[in-house]
This record gives sequence, C-alpha cells and structure tokens, in this order.
Amino acid sequence: MEIPYTVAARPDTGLWNAKIGIWLFLASEVMLFGGLFSGYIFLRLDAEPGYWPHGLLNVPVGTFNTAILIASSVTVVLAWAALKMRQYARYQVYMGITILCGIIFLVVKLGYEWPQKYEHFGAYIKKDSLEKYEQYLGNHHLMSEGLPPRVEISGHLHNREALNDPNIKEFEVALDPVNADPTNKAMDRPHFLYVPPTEKIGKIEKEDVERATMFLPTHNTYFASYFTITGLHGLHVLAGVLVFIYMWLPVSKRVYQRNPEHLANRVEVAGLFWHFVDLVWIFVFPLFYLL
Amino acid sequence: MNNPPEVAQDAAEHEHYAHEVAHHVKKYMMVGATLLLFTGITVALSYVDFGTRKANIAVAMLVAMFKAGLVAAIFMHLSAEKKLIYRVLIFTGLFVFALFWLTFLAWYDPVHH
Repeated sequence: MEIPYTVAARPDTGLWNAKIGIWLFLASEVMLFGGLFSGYIFLRLDAEPGYWPHGLLNVPVGTFNTAILIASSVTVVLAWAALKMRQYARYQVYMGITILCGIIFLVVKLGYEWPQKYEHFGAYIKKDSLEKYEQYLGNHHLMSEGLPPRVEISGHLHNREALNDPNIKEFEVALDPVNADPTNKAMDRPHFLYVPPTEKIGKIEKEDVERATMFLPTHNTYFASYFTITGLHGLHVLAGVLVFIYMWLPVSKRVYQRNPEHLANRVEVAGLFWHFVDLVWIFVFPLFYLL
Repeated sequence: MNNPPEVAQDAAEHEHYAHEVAHHVKKYMMVGATLLLFTGITVALSYVDFGTRKANIAVAMLVAMFKAGLVAAIFMHLSAEKKLIYRVLIFTGLFVFALFWLTFLAWYDPVHH
C-alpha cells in the first residue's frame, strides 16, 4: 500500500503529512522541556543565597559541545539541500558529518563530563558550623564584598569509604582551589578553565555536615536538574543520530531512487527535530554552564 | 522553499529550483557562523559583571532567544511556512507562556513568602 501525501501536499492542509506530524510532535516537545525548564526556574528562584552552585561545569568543554551541535545543524540542512539539488554523494558526506557530530557530542557528555562529576565530592556544612570552617569558606571576605556565602566544601574525596562507614568520623578532601584559597579575590567568580583540586587536604567532621555525596543527581537540586535535563536532551541526540544513520545507510538510497523528494522530505523532518534539539541546548548551555 | 512547486519533473523548472537552493546554502552557512559567533559572545558576556546576577541572566537569555530565533526562522524554515504550522505554534506559544507564568505566580505567592 502506498502511503499518501509523503511528497505531494494534501489539498486541505496544503502540506505533506509528515510536516504537520513533526510540528505537532515538536509542539509537545516544547511542553515537555518547558515543564522541566519552569521547574528549574522555580527551584533556582527559591534557593537560599549560596545554595545554588556556580562554576561547577567545564565551560570550554560545554562551548565545544555547543559549537559541535551548531555545526551539525548546518550540515543537516546542507544534506537536505544536496538532496534537493539531486547530489546524493554530497548528501551522504554531509549526513555522515552530522552523525559524527552527534556521536562526538554524546561521547563528550557521557564519556567525559558526567563521569568527571561522579568523581567529585561535596559536603554541605550545617549552618551552625559554618564559622568553624571559615578557613575553607572565606565567608567574612565574601560578606565584605557583598557576595552570597559559601556553604559547601568540595574536592577530591581521599577516604571514599567514609561515605558508607559510620565508624569513620571525618572526610579527608583534597580541596578545590576555591576552598583551598577562599579569600583570594580570583575565587569570587567562577573560572573559565577547569582547575583541578589542589594538594591541600581539608578535614571535615561528619557531625558538622548537613549532606555529603559525590556530585550525583542526589547531591543538590542543581545537579538533579542538570542530570535530568541534559539526560533527556542526550536521549534526543541519541534518537536523532539513530534516525540519521538509517537515512545514511544504503536502504535509504532505494527511497531516493524511487522518488528523491521522498527522501528529501524525510531528511527535512528529521532535520526539524535535530534543530529543535539544538535549540534546547542553546538554553541549556548558558543556564547550567555560565550563570 | 519548503514545498517546492510540485517538484519539478520538468528539467528546466528543476534547474531553476536547484539554483534557488544553492542560493539558500550560502545563507545557511552565514547563519551557522553567526550562531557560533554568538556562542562566543554568550560565554564572554557571562564573565562581564552587569551589576546583579539577575541582570546577567537577562542578558544571557536575550542572546539565547536571538540564537533560538535564528534557528527557528532559518534552519526550521519558520520565516516562510504554511499557515497551518503557525496556527499550531501559536497555541504552543500560549501554553508555554501560561506554564512559565504559573511558575512565577507560585513564586510571588504572598502567603508562601
């Protein structure tokens, strides 16, 4: 059976069917991500001063991934244009680059950025004990600068067994630069380049700690929203890559040979989805990495 | 651009059409370059202190909306699309607006704060 209106416009809508289909789907996607983003805004606006972390993500890596996604958005539209011009070989090259970009994005995200977070440790200090850890927090300095306080000490956890063993009474942490030298004005604002934990060891007694975990979704609302939104976004990237691979493989050449416009329309629809994924990232990047 | 004139089994017509597409390709490259440039600008602006963090967020969101607008208008062809698509998207826009408005409404709840 021939599926109708894959190329020709349906008389009553003026569009081929998949075009309306993808836009209705994208409309629902807008609501899906919209709900998560409004949840993010809600959590962030309600966070107490000092409790919404800044500068925890690697900005150059995030910028690189942003550039990769933008480049792939260009190549997918060029792949579509190549089909329109009946240049199949060129289409395959552009589509290949798009797929590669999507894979690079995922590898950077899942292979580098996320695991680096799982290896990082942070301890929220109880409000009554903040003064005791002034040497790591530098809150007197921050107050004189009119900046929100620091309430967390982070770095590389030396005694990981402390997380689960109630007999160990303190965490030994190789401090992040911001906690190693908290009154340095250079630490007032996040760094552009990632700075690894220092050699300086800080000891934090468990009884002074409100909450201490690795940088997992459970660590705080920031990481909960970060992992949720980038995870869902990553799933979209993965889905796009899989669809693109199908369109790049020889099976799709048969569609092209039967009717080149049919494949062009498929690529356009998949491209619309891909641009939407890029569009979401345009908001994710500044909200989580920069602000 | 989106719905080619009942594409072109006629060779001359198709050649004209292909030429038009080639013209659009340059535009796509330019938009891509602009997006990359504005990504750099977003990063740079986040290290400029605009007084309050809220001001910084506002600036970053303005740049992001400009970039998103470019993607939607050019890459997603929304600058020249059929009416039905706009009709669908108007409702989406309204619902998203309501969604975000609810969030702010909850935040300004005088009982809670």
